[in-house]
Amino acid sequence: MSTNPDSSLKILVIDENPIRRAIIESGLAEAGFTAVTVLANTTRLIDHIYTLDPDVVLIDLENPSRDVLEQMFQVSRVVRRPIAMFVDKSDKTEIEAAIDAGVSAYIVDGLKKERVKPILETTMTRFRAFTRLQAELEEVKGALKERKIVEKAKGILMKRRGLDEEKAYELLRKTAMSQGRRIADVAQALVSSADLLED
Amino acid sequence: MADIASGMMDAKPREVHVGFMPLTDCAPLVVASEMGFDRRHGVKLVLHREASWANIRDKLGVGNFDCAHMLAPMPIAAALGLGRASDLIVAPMALSLNGNAITVSHRLYEEMLAADEASARAGGMAAAHAIASVVRARQQQGREPLTLGMVYPFSCHNYDLRYWLAAAGIDPDNDVNLIVVPPPLSVDALKTGRVDGFCVGQPWNSVAVAEGEGVIVATKSELWAMSPEKVLGVREDWVAKNPALVSDLVRALVTACQWLDEPENRKEAARILARPEYVGISEQILAGPLTGVLTRGGQQANIVDSDLVVFHRGYANFPWRSHALWVLTQMIRWGQVREPFDLKALTERVFRTDLYREAVAPLGVPAPASDNKQEGGEGDGVFFGSESFDPTAALIYLRDLEIRNSGTDLAAFTALNS
Repeated sequence: MSTNPDSSLKILVIDENPIRRAIIESGLAEAGFTAVTVLANTTRLIDHIYTLDPDVVLIDLENPSRDVLEQMFQVSRVVRRPIAMFVDKSDKTEIEAAIDAGVSAYIVDGLKKERVKPILETTMTRFRAFTRLQAELEEVKGALKERKIVEKAKGILMKRRGLDEEKAYELLRKTAMSQGRRIADVAQALVSSADLLED
Repeated sequence: MADIASGMMDAKPREVHVGFMPLTDCAPLVVASEMGFDRRHGVKLVLHREASWANIRDKLGVGNFDCAHMLAPMPIAAALGLGRASDLIVAPMALSLNGNAITVSHRLYEEMLAADEASARAGGMAAAHAIASVVRARQQQGREPLTLGMVYPFSCHNYDLRYWLAAAGIDPDNDVNLIVVPPPLSVDALKTGRVDGFCVGQPWNSVAVAEGEGVIVATKSELWAMSPEKVLGVREDWVAKNPALVSDLVRALVTACQWLDEPENRKEAARILARPEYVGISEQILAGPLTGVLTRGGQQANIVDSDLVVFHRGYANFPWRSHALWVLTQMIRWGQVREPFDLKALTERVFRTDLYREAVAPLGVPAPASDNKQEGGEGDGVFFGSESFDPTAALIYLRDLEIRNSGTDLAAFTALNS
């Protein structure tokens, strides 16, 4: 790994999600940033920022404590250096990309934008990767649930209509096709009705 | 009642994406969607719940939303380029008046009682004098200053709290620590002693009381009878591209606000808002202040006040330019803006009374004759005790406020605005 000239930049990552936090931390480490602090709990956020004196602060957009950071432009008494926003109007595409990824960045006043870019890009990539991972997980969960429902529907048909497993599945499939619905939806309807008819 | 939509009656309602914060006063947006007032006016609201005001500003700025539930000072701050630079945001209507309160911890309330029992028990403006006694006593004893919370630098909560403290002789920048506390974290901050008190919107004051952590010492309606709070924020360029849609949107929300101001609908509003996708706080806690009954805690009698939050009556939806002007005086007062600018021009560009008048005329909803009004004095209702605000003499009013940031050159403002 090449030595990053900016490895000394102090980065604070605020994220309540433990998995995403770990993903971002490892991403920044891989990119050569060594002075990274991650923070899950925002209860003493101002104190932490005062102590750490970070050059860059990254925060996830689901975090209500984003508004605490906003105040730091106003208050110079509490923090030593005012923290300026990463972007001005000319960076609209960058704001859009960051918002889309679900993260916001704050930097200390005077820090050159080019120095922050790789940090933000790494973070955004990791945020997106996490979102993808989560979507895939949801999909797998959904598929598993659907399989269970189809199994249950087959069981009902086998019991009530005396069909074998193959025939039961065939009946579900044909019904779905003729109604233009998904097999899982037909199975769900069947299971729900069966539940209603049970004593 | 005849349906009024600018588009063809059989046209599909146009989708409008709207951002909101989970607070009691997001009700107009939620009610418009839940009760179908949006569709009735040719609009289909798509609601997006957000976690911070900064998110609201940014997502509105980049076009993730078309409009948003905003703190009245936010579009004004955007026009002044304060905080993150953003496109111009205008307010074609106000969504609600009042709704905030100041809550203190039991520990601070005990200190207030010990220092000045009569003022503490009187509440409202008087309660600030009890806080002032506590602040001075702490200074004399060399103790830590009080830490007080509010929700955002450009919020009425910030200006209300500062005004209230300053009226009792406390300099909010030097005599106390003023910090931002996000509303959902405010009760915990009170409980753990990270703040001694806060000014936030409902339901968080009532949550603090219900959880036995706080005592409400002032409501906004006690400080300023019909005071600005939330507005509908819309990007100026979106307004220019979608004038008919903006009118439909305003009509839909004004209709929702009319519904919300019928006392018999307030319980139903609490029931809807309690749902997890909206505010997600118990119906019972939401219903108290919505129905005009506020439990204050600390063995005080309940407040019965139908103005705790106002959604429509008394021209509540009219985006008074004098409200924007008052916000500007406070931004200058506390040093948030130092460079002189044309105050009147800014209020006219941001608070779009023209859009409001045009939108509500077909509904038969009256709008005031003037775009500005006096507060206190000859005006209607109380304004911070016996004070008054004359929009034709805003800088004189500002000059006469004793406690203010000394770094601002008021003469330069006066020269530019004469």
